[in-house]
Amino acid sequence: MLETKYPRIGETVLSETLANGLRVRVIPKPGYCRKYAFFATRYGGMDMRFRLGGAWRDTPAGIAHYLEHKMFDTEDGNALQRLSRNGAEPNAFTANAMTAYYFDCTEHFEENLRILLSFVSVPYFTQESVDKERGIIAQEIRMTEDSPDWRVYKNLLSCLYRTNPARVPIAGTVESIQEITPETLYDCHRAFYAPSNMVLCVVGDVNAEAVLAAAREILPGEGGEDIARDYGAAEDPCVYRPSVTFAMEIASPQFLVGFKCPAPSEGPELLRQSLIGELACDVLLGDSSPLYMRLYDAGLINGSFGGDFDQLPGVSYLYAGGECKEPETVARAILDEAARLGREGVDEAFYRQIRRANFGASLRSLGSFENIAVGMADGCFRGFDSYRFPEVYDSIEKEDVEAFLQENIVEERRAMSLLVPAKGAPA
Amino acid sequence: MDPIRKELAPGVYLNYVHAVKFKTGLLSAQLVTPLGEETAAAGALLPAVLHRGTPRHPDMRALSGALDLLYGSGLSFAVRKKGENQCLGFLAGFIDDAYVPGGEKLLEPVADLLGEVLLAPALDGGVFRADYVDGEKDNLIDAIRAILDDKRDYADKRLLEEMCRGERYGVSRLGTEAQVAALSGAALYEYYQTLLTTARVELFYCGSAEERRVEDALLRALSALPHGERVAPVASERRAAPAEPRLCTERMDVTQGKLSMGFRASTEDAHAMLLANLLFGGYSNSKLFLNVREKLSLCYYASSGYHRSKGIVTVSSGVEFADFERARDEILAQLRDVALGDFEAWELEGARSVLVSAVRSREDSASRMEENTLGQAATGLWETAGELIERLNAVTPERIAAAAASMTLDTVYFLEGEGSAHA
Repeated sequence: MLETKYPRIGETVLSETLANGLRVRVIPKPGYCRKYAFFATRYGGMDMRFRLGGAWRDTPAGIAHYLEHKMFDTEDGNALQRLSRNGAEPNAFTANAMTAYYFDCTEHFEENLRILLSFVSVPYFTQESVDKERGIIAQEIRMTEDSPDWRVYKNLLSCLYRTNPARVPIAGTVESIQEITPETLYDCHRAFYAPSNMVLCVVGDVNAEAVLAAAREILPGEGGEDIARDYGAAEDPCVYRPSVTFAMEIASPQFLVGFKCPAPSEGPELLRQSLIGELACDVLLGDSSPLYMRLYDAGLINGSFGGDFDQLPGVSYLYAGGECKEPETVARAILDEAARLGREGVDEAFYRQIRRANFGASLRSLGSFENIAVGMADGCFRGFDSYRFPEVYDSIEKEDVEAFLQENIVEERRAMSLLVPAKGAPA
Repeated sequence: MDPIRKELAPGVYLNYVHAVKFKTGLLSAQLVTPLGEETAAAGALLPAVLHRGTPRHPDMRALSGALDLLYGSGLSFAVRKKGENQCLGFLAGFIDDAYVPGGEKLLEPVADLLGEVLLAPALDGGVFRADYVDGEKDNLIDAIRAILDDKRDYADKRLLEEMCRGERYGVSRLGTEAQVAALSGAALYEYYQTLLTTARVELFYCGSAEERRVEDALLRALSALPHGERVAPVASERRAAPAEPRLCTERMDVTQGKLSMGFRASTEDAHAMLLANLLFGGYSNSKLFLNVREKLSLCYYASSGYHRSKGIVTVSSGVEFADFERARDEILAQLRDVALGDFEAWELEGARSVLVSAVRSREDSASRMEENTLGQAATGLWETAGELIERLNAVTPERIAAAAASMTLDTVYFLEGEGSAHA
C-alpha cells in the first residue's frame, strides 16, 4: 500500500485502489484498543434521479435511507445482530450525498470486517421484510419531524433552493416511502453499491494487508458503471423564498438565517472553499467576534447561537441561528456587520487569531475516528485530501475571507427559517 | 490506564492519566456537592456567570480571544448530575505539545485560564456583575424551557421527577424556572463563597505531560482556592417501589408518543444488573430492540438504562399513540423473560462482549475517562477497568435472572398528542 505521512498533524495514511475500483484507506492508530471500520457509498438522500441501464430513473424521496435500513438483512439473519454478538457496535447513517455503514470493536476485528463487507455488498430483500420496515421508518420520520433543530434546518434549505434535492428530507416522508418496493431497492443497490462507487476506511491498530485481503476476497471483482445523477436545473444566485415560519411545540422561538453561496467546485479547491467559508463564518459571527459579543450582551442571542458553512453537491451555504426572540434584528445585524467588514476590511490580527483557532479545532477534531473516516470518504468522493488542511490554512489570506463576505452575505442571498411556539410564547 | 489519584490538599483531588496517543490534552476542574432542591438552580447558574469574565479577561470576547490564541483551545462549563450530587465546573481541551506549530506549551496557560474563571470572577462592588447574573439567569431559564424541545429528553426527565419526587435524584440538575428567577446576585455570590470552601474538588488531566508538571500547573492556577472543611459527596438513597405503579400522562402537540417506565432494582449485585439491563434493552441486540422494535415494529426506539448508584432502571421509547398499552405490555413481557432466565447463551455473551469492549475502549477517550472518574468520585463506587471486566466475566445466567427479578415497576409516564385517545 502507498504510505503517505503528514508530519504537521502526526498522521499516516496507507492507501490503495483495488482492481474493482474500491478505494481503501487505513489510518494506523498505535496504542488504541478501538478498531473502527467505515464502509461508505457515494449515494445519499439527494440521489433520487439517476441513469441506470440507459434510462433515467426517478425514485421516491427517502429511498437511500430505506435501503440503508434494509441492508442489514441477510439470508442468514440480521448482520447487526451478528456484529453485536461479537461485541462490536455497528451502526449506519444516510446523509445527503453519502451512506455509510460502520462498526467499532476491540476484538474479532477481521471477522467483523468480513461481516461488514459482506452484508453491504450482498442485497437480500423480500416483500415481507420491506413492508415490515415501513412501520419502523415511519416512526423514525415522525420522531424527526418533532425535532425543532431538524425542522428549522430543513425549512431553511427549502427556502434557499428551488430545485436542488438538498431541499428534500433525507428520510423522505411517511407518504413518499409507501411506494418503495424490493425491486427499486435492488436497482438502487446495483447502481450505487458497486465497489468503484465506494470507500473503505479503517482506523486503528490493524493489519492493513489483512484489510485488503478481506476486501479482495469478499467484494465483487468488477467495479460498476459510472452513474449519472440529476440534481435539477442549475440554481440561480437568488433564494427561492425569502422566509418561512413554522409553529410547533417548543419553548422559545428559534431561527436560522442562510446565505446562498455559489455551487462548489470539486477537487482540491473544495477543501479551500470550505475552510474559507468556515473562517468567514467565525470572523463574522463566531464566539470571539465583535458581533457575537454585542448580540449576546444585548440578550438577543444566547449560548445556543452558532453558525457554519456547508457544501453539498451543487449547493453551498453559510447559516447561523439559535433560540432568538428577535430574529430579524439579528439577521440585520449580521448583514450590517458583513457590509462593515467589506467596507473597512477585517482586522489583520483578529484574522490571524481566528485562523490559528480554526487550525487548532481542525486538528482536535482528528481525535474522533468517525470524523477521520467521514473526512477521508468525502475527500475520496469529491477529490480532495482532508489531511492537507494545515497547508490550505497557510494559503488563505484575509482578502479571501473579505471577498467571500462581500459576495455572499448580502440581502438577495438571504433566507430565513423561523420556528414559533405553537401556543404563543410561554409566560 | 486507570487514573492515578492524589489528594493535593484536603478534599482536593487530582486524577491523572498519562497518555501520548491523543492530539488533545484534557483538563477538568469540578466542584462536587450534594444535589438539593434549594441549591440546584444556584449551582447551575454559577459556572455560566463565572464564564462571562474575569478581571484579566473582563468579557466573553476577551476570554474567547485568549482561547483562540491558544490554538483554539476550548473552555466550556458543565453542570452534571452524578448519583445524587451536582458537579459543576469547567473542562478545557487543547492541542497536545507535540502538535503546537510554534512549540509553545499550552498546559500552563490553559490551566491558568481554568483557575481564573473558577476563582477570579469579574466583580462589581464586591459581588458578581448584575448584567452578567441577569443575562445568565435568562439563558438558564431558556435552557430549562428548551428541555421541552427534545421530547425524548423531556419524557425521561419527567419520569424521574415523578418517580423520585422527594428524593435528591428527582431534582433536575438545572433547578426549576421559578428557582432561577428568584435568585439574586447577592445570594448567588454567597453560595459561591460557600461552595469554594465546602465542595469536594475533583481535578482531572489526561495528556502527555508528566504528573509533576500537571500538579505544579494546577497548584499555581488554583492557589487562590480557600481552605475549608470539604464535604464528601452523598451516597444515593435507595427506596422501594410503591405497591401499585404510578401512572402519569401528559398531552402535547406532537406526532409521536413517548413512553417512559421506571423500575426500582433492589438487587445489590450491580454487575449482574449491568448485564441484565443490557440484555433487556441496553444495546442493538437487546430484547427490547429485537422484539419491540424489529419483530413487532411498535416503535423506532425502545431502550433501557441502569442507574447503578441509585439502583433504578429506566426504559424510554417512542411509539404511536394507539400502541401505548401494547408497547407497555410488551416491554414488561420482555423483562419477565429476562427474570425467568429465558434468554439464549448468545444473548448473554453478546451483551457481555459489548459491555467489556466498551469498558476496555474507555482508555481510548479522554472525555470518557473524565466522565467515568468523576462518576466514581461522586458515588464512591471505585472500580478499575480491569476489576470491572473481571467481575462482568464472572456473572452467571442465574445471577442475571435474579437481578432482573428484583426489578419492580414504579412509574409509567406517557406523552400523548392533542386529541389522541387511547383506551
